Amino acid sequence: MLGMMRLVTPRQGGNRSLERREALYGFLFIAPALLGMLIFNLGPIIAALFISFTRYSILTTPKWTGVANYQKAFSESLVSLSFANTAYYTVISVPLGIGLAFAVALLLNRIKGAYIYRTAFYVPAVVPSVASAVIWLVMLNPNIGLVNYFISLFGIKGPGWLISPDWATPGLILMSLWGIGTGMVLYLAGLQGVPEHLYEAAEIDGASPLRRFWAITVPMMTPTLFFHLVLGLIASFQVFNAPFIMTKGGPVKSTYFVSLLIYDNAFRYFKMGYASAIAWILFVLVLVLTIIVLKTSSSWVYYESGTRGRF
Amino acid sequence: MVANIRWILVRRRVSTGVRHLIALAGALAMVLPLLWMISASLQTMEQVVRYPPAWIPNPFAWENYPTALTFLPFGLYFRNTLYVTAVVIVGDLISNVLAAYGFSRYRFPAKDLLFAVLLSTLMMPGIVRLIPTYLLFNQLHWINTFAPLMVPSFFGSPFYLFLLRQFFLGIPDDLTDAARIDGCSELGILWRVVLPLAKPALATVAIFSFQASWNDFMGPMIFLTDERLRTVALGLHSFQGLPYMSALYNQLMAASTVMVLPVLLVFALFQRHFVQGVTLTGIRG
Repeated sequence: MLGMMRLVTPRQGGNRSLERREALYGFLFIAPALLGMLIFNLGPIIAALFISFTRYSILTTPKWTGVANYQKAFSESLVSLSFANTAYYTVISVPLGIGLAFAVALLLNRIKGAYIYRTAFYVPAVVPSVASAVIWLVMLNPNIGLVNYFISLFGIKGPGWLISPDWATPGLILMSLWGIGTGMVLYLAGLQGVPEHLYEAAEIDGASPLRRFWAITVPMMTPTLFFHLVLGLIASFQVFNAPFIMTKGGPVKSTYFVSLLIYDNAFRYFKMGYASAIAWILFVLVLVLTIIVLKTSSSWVYYESGTRGRF
Repeated sequence: MVANIRWILVRRRVSTGVRHLIALAGALAMVLPLLWMISASLQTMEQVVRYPPAWIPNPFAWENYPTALTFLPFGLYFRNTLYVTAVVIVGDLISNVLAAYGFSRYRFPAKDLLFAVLLSTLMMPGIVRLIPTYLLFNQLHWINTFAPLMVPSFFGSPFYLFLLRQFFLGIPDDLTDAARIDGCSELGILWRVVLPLAKPALATVAIFSFQASWNDFMGPMIFLTDERLRTVALGLHSFQGLPYMSALYNQLMAASTVMVLPVLLVFALFQRHFVQGVTLTGIRG
């Protein structure tokens, strides 16, 4: 063994300079991305933590105040209200979005003309968020909007949507479902990857279509569902454009989400420290949720041997 | 037996019919808001508020477009947006091609760890970064310039990096090794061997980058306050915020249509790449 190592060593020495050169090239190529990660990503996140322990209004120098911002955040009712509003929006819109996207993918899977349907379902997902906010502002108008017009066809008087405190968040959720196209494409791709022979074997064994769905389709799709759930949660906790443009957090703060609270404190009242503290509370909350989903995933996400998620 | 088979065939045909019916209704519901946007953009205000809603403009109020687009200087907003978008596409392509090439073709210490950390930043809520980033750009006196919107694109973006790396990994090492033996430089290999093969992935990144930059609202809103620097997204937002806007819905829809059309056009031309990008990475930019 030792002899072999000695034999190999000289060649390794030669390789080492090559290896070093290869590493140098590698680092050179990734240098801009690494710098970007430090300057625009990890750096700001750490910086936000520091700022969150200060009182800072841009005009004055930051003043260290310890955990005062956090104490204030935990005692202010507007903060808990905005977190509750965000949670309400998330708890409804994320599962609904996942369920609908999955259902549409199942509907369009191996249907004639799927291509045309798929295009129609995906198109709204590429519409700029400002434009969709503007369009839905009119769609959800209680008097002239299309939504209440279609509801009225069933003889029901539609709600006030964005001008009613009880219906504003459901209105935003309804609008969010307009963007299920991305998820649908994801699921359609996943469904294509389910091997046909599994279904054939199950059919020969006499499994009913429903049984085949629960025993084959759903387990095979759990990695995609899991992935969509994690990203959906993260995006939903930060939803900003639609409430900012359409309701400005109203009526009576019913759509005042955490992102609006952070924006107002940072860029309207210039309380950079306090806004950073709220942002970090949101960050920790999202992190904890992500970890919970990750931890429980082993019990419901099925990975074929060798494949492990997307990352 | 025969009756039984016929029964199965009939049932199958009916269920296919029902599926098509549901799919058609769903597809229609999805495109209806867009169709209504276009229709309303050509209606008179009298017709817009009429009940039940009208679908075909009568008369065609073409003047909504010039009126809406000159009410605020949308021509200027378009030029601003095009400029920012073009630079961002170039930046995204250069920085992420380089990084993806580095990650897919070279061995170096802590490579997997670095890649994992880079990807994990995708999972971090962007709003946490917002305040320090703003303070940084403020220190650099970049507020009210396009720099905050453009410069970061030259420093990589984990989503595009991931997409390109996935693609580069599929290009056989033999090709690059052969070029290296022929005396091609490292950048030469990337330029002459890898990139020509990666055109579909480059197109996907360029399209997502276009879409993200064109659609961006929060960035311009926070970093730009000068009205002459507004992007189309900002312009549409301020147009919508004008007083008496509820009496100008038709013009609002005209301005929206003008903002949506370029994206729809790019989508129509490159739909394949959109779908590929979503399926290759599982995320949209």
